[in-house]
This record gives sequence, C-alpha cells and structure tokens, in this order.
Amino acid sequence: MTPMPITRKQATRLVRRLPVNRAVSTVARSSSRATRMARTVLIDPPTPAGVERPQRKRNVGADYDTGWARAWPARLVRLAALNLVWRPLAEAFASPTVYGADRFVDVEGPVIFAANHHSHADTPLMMTAVPEPRRNRFFIAAAADYFFANRFSSPLSALFIGAIPVERHRVSRTAIDQSLALLADGWNMLIFPEGARSPDGWGQQFTAGAAFLSSHSGAPIVPTYLMGTDKVLPKGRSFPRRHHVTVTFGAPLSIAEGEDTKTFAARVQAAVARLADEAGSDWWQASRRAASESTPSLQGPDTGSWRRSWAASAKKRRGTYRSWPKV
Amino acid sequence: MPRPGFVLDVDRSTPPILFHHGEGFRLEKLPAGRTRVIYPAEPLEPLKNPTGAIRDALDNPIGDSEPLRALLRPGMKLTIAFDDISLPLPPMKRPDIRQRVIEAVLEMAAAAGVDDVVLIAALALHRRMTEDELRHAVGDRVYDAFAPRGLLLNHDAEDPDNLLFIGETEKGEEVEINRRAAESDLIVYVNINLVSMDGGWKSTATGLASYRSLRHHHNPHTMRHSRSFMDQHRSELHSANWRMGKVLRDSGVKVFQIETTMNNNVFGTEGPMSVLQKREWEWTMKDRVSMMGMKAALDRMPQRTRRSIFNSWQAPHAMTSVQAGEVEAVHRLTTENVYAQHLVPVEGQTDILTMGLPYISPYNVNSILNPILVACLGLGYFFNLYRGIPPVREGGVVIMSHPTPWEFHPVHHPSYIDFFDQVLSVTHDPVRMEQEFEKSFAEDEWYRHLYRTSYAYHGVHPFYMWYWCAHALQHVGQVIIVGGDVRAVRRLGFKPASTLQDALEMASDVVGRDATITHLHNPPILMADVS
Repeated sequence: MTPMPITRKQATRLVRRLPVNRAVSTVARSSSRATRMARTVLIDPPTPAGVERPQRKRNVGADYDTGWARAWPARLVRLAALNLVWRPLAEAFASPTVYGADRFVDVEGPVIFAANHHSHADTPLMMTAVPEPRRNRFFIAAAADYFFANRFSSPLSALFIGAIPVERHRVSRTAIDQSLALLADGWNMLIFPEGARSPDGWGQQFTAGAAFLSSHSGAPIVPTYLMGTDKVLPKGRSFPRRHHVTVTFGAPLSIAEGEDTKTFAARVQAAVARLADEAGSDWWQASRRAASESTPSLQGPDTGSWRRSWAASAKKRRGTYRSWPKV
Repeated sequence: MPRPGFVLDVDRSTPPILFHHGEGFRLEKLPAGRTRVIYPAEPLEPLKNPTGAIRDALDNPIGDSEPLRALLRPGMKLTIAFDDISLPLPPMKRPDIRQRVIEAVLEMAAAAGVDDVVLIAALALHRRMTEDELRHAVGDRVYDAFAPRGLLLNHDAEDPDNLLFIGETEKGEEVEINRRAAESDLIVYVNINLVSMDGGWKSTATGLASYRSLRHHHNPHTMRHSRSFMDQHRSELHSANWRMGKVLRDSGVKVFQIETTMNNNVFGTEGPMSVLQKREWEWTMKDRVSMMGMKAALDRMPQRTRRSIFNSWQAPHAMTSVQAGEVEAVHRLTTENVYAQHLVPVEGQTDILTMGLPYISPYNVNSILNPILVACLGLGYFFNLYRGIPPVREGGVVIMSHPTPWEFHPVHHPSYIDFFDQVLSVTHDPVRMEQEFEKSFAEDEWYRHLYRTSYAYHGVHPFYMWYWCAHALQHVGQVIIVGGDVRAVRRLGFKPASTLQDALEMASDVVGRDATITHLHNPPILMADVS
C-alpha cells in the first residue's frame, strides 16, 4: 500500500486554509456583529433591578418634531412623491377639475386653505390642486392622534404629505407656534376646520383654528370646497374607487377690524357653503342665493339620519346641462 | 419707478436694433448719424388691489352718473357688453380684466336682485368668439353660469330680428345696434383700452352695431380725415362715433361705461421673451444667449410650429386704472391714463419710417397674419400711433419688416382670400374699392352665412382693413417690405426688399441719399407725440 503523500492532520490544516472557508467565517462573524448592533439599536437594554427608569420624551403624536420635513432632501422626496404617486393616483381615481384658482392670484405671501373634509383623499387632492408655486411650500395640519400615532406613521406623514401634528380635542400651543412660524416663513397651510371627516356626506361646524391662525399671522384664508371625495374614499373604506372630483377655491378672506375669531370662522364657513352651492349649481345662482341669504347650509337638513343621507345623495355636480350653447 | 419712453440718436456705438419680423426677429445695424429710435416707456406700476379698485370705481362713478348699485333694481333688464377677442394684444394671462369687472358687476346685480341679465361680446363685424376664447375673457364661473342657458351671446350684426334702428345723426348717419342692448334698462359696457382709439362711444356705437350703421364711419373718407384715428381730437372716426353716441343717449339708451387701462408688460420681466422688452444695450449675457437661441430655433422651425408657439403666448399685462360712469367723462380720464403709458415726445418728422411688425394684430388672434393684415398693422395701426403730425413727412418712405406670407386662415378670413385675388389685383385705391366692390362683398350671402354661423370675419372686413391704411397710403411716397414674400408684397402694391440695406437704398431714390430715418421700437406699444 502506497503511503499518503500528506498526513490526515496536514490535509485538515490545508482544507481549513482554503479561501472559501475564510470568506464563510468572515460573513458569519460580520453577520453576528450586525445582529448584535441591530439588537443594540432596536431593543431597549434591560433596566437593572432597583433602578428607576427615567421618563423618556415622547417623539410621536402632538410632540413629533417635523422640522426635518421642511429641509431640501425631504422636500425633494415630497416633490417626487407628488408627481410620481399622488398626481397619477388623483388623475386615475378622481380626475379633479379645479375652479377659482384665479381668485387668489393677487395675494402676495402665504395663505391658509380652509376646506371641508370628507375623506382621506382630500389631502392628496389638495396637494395636487393648489397651483404652483404655493404647492411647493405647503404644509398640512393633520390629526396628531391619527397621522402621528406611532413611530412609523409619524415620519411618513411628515415626509409624504408635509403634515404637522395638531391635537383635535384640546388646544395645543406647540401646533399653533409651529403653524405661525411656518406661515411667517412663507409656507402655505391646509387646514380642515371641521376637525374630522364627515360621517354622512354633510359638513360639520367649523372650529375657529383657521380663523385664529389667520388673525395672528395675517395670512388670508382661502375657503375651499371639495366635492366628490366622499365617493372616492368615503370614511370606512380602505380602497378608493373612481369618481369625478371638483375643487373650488373662493376669494381670500381676512379678519375684519373688530371681528372676533369665532365670527370670522362663521364667515369662512358661510363662504365654503357658498362655494358648495356654486359647485352644485353655478356661480350666478349661488351669488343670487347668497345675496338673498338663502345659501343652503353645509350641515344639511336638521332631520333624521336617513333623510339626511337621502338629501345628500340628491346633490348634483355642475355641468349636467348642455356644454356647448348656440353663442 | 418705470422709465419713460425716449428717442435714441444712433451713433457708431449703438448695438444692432431689434426688429420684430412676424414669428421671428431681425437684428439690424442702423446708419449712424441720421437715425433715431423711439423706445416705449417701461410698464407702469399696476394697481395693487385691482378687485378693490373696480368696486371703488363702480361705487364712485365719474361724470353725470349714479353709482352702479343705485342703477340696479329687481325686475330690470340688464345687458353687460364686453370687448371681444381683439383686445388686449396679445391675450392676457388669466384672470382677464373683463372677468374681474364682470364678476364685480354681477355681484352687485345679484345683491340688487336683478334676474334678467344677458352678456354680449361686442364684436361688431369681427368673427365670433369660440367657447375657449369666451371662457378666457369672462372666466369659467361666468361662462358656466350664463352660456348654457343661452345668456352669453356673440353679437350678430346680420340678424335683422335682433337689431334695432335707433335714428340718424345730424349728418344722416344711421344708428342701428343690438336690440337686446337697446331695449335694456341699462347697458354696462366693460372695456379694455389698449390704445387711445378704443373706448368711449365707439364701444357701443361700433361694437354693438350693424353693417348698415358701421359703413358710415368705416370708409376711406373718414380714415383720410382722421389724423390720426388714435388722436380723438383730430379723428373723424371718433367724431362720427360721438355723434352716434348722442343719438343713442337722446333716444333713452342708458350706458354705464367701465373702462380699464393696462400697462406695457407684453413679454414679462423674466423668461426668454423678456429680452424683447429690454433696450438692446442693456441685454445681459443671459439675454443675448436667449435671443440667439430663440432666433436660431425659430429660424429652423416650420411656420406652423412657430405660429403655434407665438399664439400660445399670454402677456402678463396688468391693470393700471379703472374708471366707471358716464361715457364721455370716463373716456377723457381713460385717454389720459393710456397716454401716460404710451406717449413719447418726438421732435420733427423723418424721411424714412421703419418698423418691425410682430406676429399679431387685433384681427388675427389665434389665426394667421395674412398680407392684408400686414398692411393694416403697419400702415393702419403703427403709422397712426401718433399725436400731432405723422412721424414721417409727406412723400416719405415707410419700411416694414415682415415675412408677409401668401397665406390666409380659411375659416377666419374667407373673404380676405377673394379680396386679395379679385380686388387688389385690380386696384389699390380705397375709394375705387368702396365704389366698385364693397357692396358685393358686404351683401354676399355666403360670407354672411359664415360670419353668422362659423367663425369668419364679415365679408366687408378686408375692405375696412384697407381703408385703415388710407391715410398712410395718401401720405407716404413709397412702402417697402423687408423679407416678405415677393409676390404677396407686389400684390399689395408695395416694393419688396431682401434686406434693410437694400430697402434703404431703394428709399434713397424717393427721399435722397442722406435721408433721416426713424425706427418705431414697437411692441411694446408706443405713441409718438410729434411736435
């Protein structure tokens, strides 16, 4: 029997020195290091017994700091999302028609868009409907308990819709200060003064938030009426369906001398109601009804729920008559 | 503070001067020592709050008129007439001035409970406005509210059922206007005063009139005795309209006139077109690059593409004043405001007047500037933009720069095609045209049908364009067109030249070798105040 050229021990040593084995061991070592690092980053270290853990500062909800979302990298991402995601989606599901953008061309400086609120589709539609260059410096007052509820939704809301958190059920000094600072810096604001989406297609009472911000910042309010978004993505649905939407902007309003914010908020609500009338009929009919103080209320009839739903379904959109007259 | 217009004496250091040349440009080195260039004033400051200014004007009328609110009452018949597509030039960016004014008027009408409201585009014998053009002028809100119900109309000067004969002036001129307007309790006229010829009684007495009425002042006699028709104190056209206005007023037709003026901001202060609004020696490197790029690109583009690019341009004009009330008092103030933007003092006449004609005139918005309109733009409009005496001496030469293509818009200008073929091939004399040809074109059933139902100018319109040139044709010794289609230029009765140097050489046969030259740097619009 011919003896082996090398011993078993030598062969084992040689195999261990093969490059492939070195690579495997490096990967294994780094992977275990990455895992350790991830664990260190993501999982809180255990608190030693007998030590009281200090209260951490919350960075979600109304306390979430959205300052980074106004920096250039975030703005570029938002611009890309607007043109590559929101706009195609808006066109596909809502094919929005925009009226009245000419009403605020003379305004220099930022404005506050105060719109009725039917649906989650309202925000992206407004982002696409607001004309440039206001669209490029645009932020939205969004419910802190919904859009900033956790560590995942908070940055996404700030990044993709430019939201800042606003508490719905109490007055938050942080949100007011942040809004005023952004308005002073030339950013345009979108606010839904109803505070929440409509449950039945009719409007709700306007709160005085937009009026307060306008009176303190000097930025006029552009009343805005969105029609049809409740059909695109009604409250309770998670997937949109196709329906035509109109966005009607009104003439800018500013607080009058001696007027309090509550009265101003009522005036803004009346302006949105007039726009709703205009969107449902035409500008002249709405003007005549406004002049005779018979503009239909945004809140709908004060009757039982089924009759309110029945009346809501009877609202028509404009342009149902012939479009090419003999002129 | 905008700088006023001024006259530049050309010397050796003067850079090449910009000449508009249809849908393109030429840069021409003008002879030093004997040439001057008249530059327009920079755009006047616009009104800070135009909507507020309009409301203020309606509440504080001028002359013998009550505020608009006091004139409106429930149950009345209200007609709002407004200027047509020929104003302003180029069409302005939205919102149009007419939209702002009409909305303010309608807000007051709604508050007063006025139900019976009709809007009429006062287009006289111009083509009807399309839906897009009406939407642009009055805005979507007004269009959507009135047009579907048939309450927004184009005036029809050939509809016998909707015209009303009002009477005759002391000179026997018949006054016949739109019946709806004449029978209304109040006509609110919404005007844009681009040049000093617009507005006043001309708005109603011409814009809402019929051919029967218009022929009394749209003729060679009136035009030859209007020196110029931009100067209302020396304009027979103006006098005739004022006589007709008196007939209207005496017959009980009540007009609340709203006149607006706008600044010279035609090409904007930013963007590639802004270079066209700057003085050549102030062109920055960016301006020079954009001019070179624009010129090179335009020179290589097909005509159709060039035209479509220029026709899509909307000027950032802004409103500089608004006045409302009694027609004559309003127009006096309006004219002062127009002059504030346009008048440039000029001393003495010149031997040769040069002008670069742009792509647009009042009669080819969204259309083609055909050879007849080229003549009208140069010899009708540009030549007449003077007060006092013409900038060119009697027997002098006018040199115009324009490609003058033998091309017509078949829908907008059908009678122009026949006029060019059948009339201009026989005579260039406006008086002979009027006597021998006008009636057959004006009463042609096919042209009448196209005017009423399609988008054609009235059959007689090309005659009016030629009459518009009557004063210049009588005054100057020769007209030369640089860079034009040779056949088309000859058909017009003018001389063709390939270059400006050739044209000056040809002109020297008429006015001598050391003739003085004046160039009108227009647009933006200027009006020479020649002393």
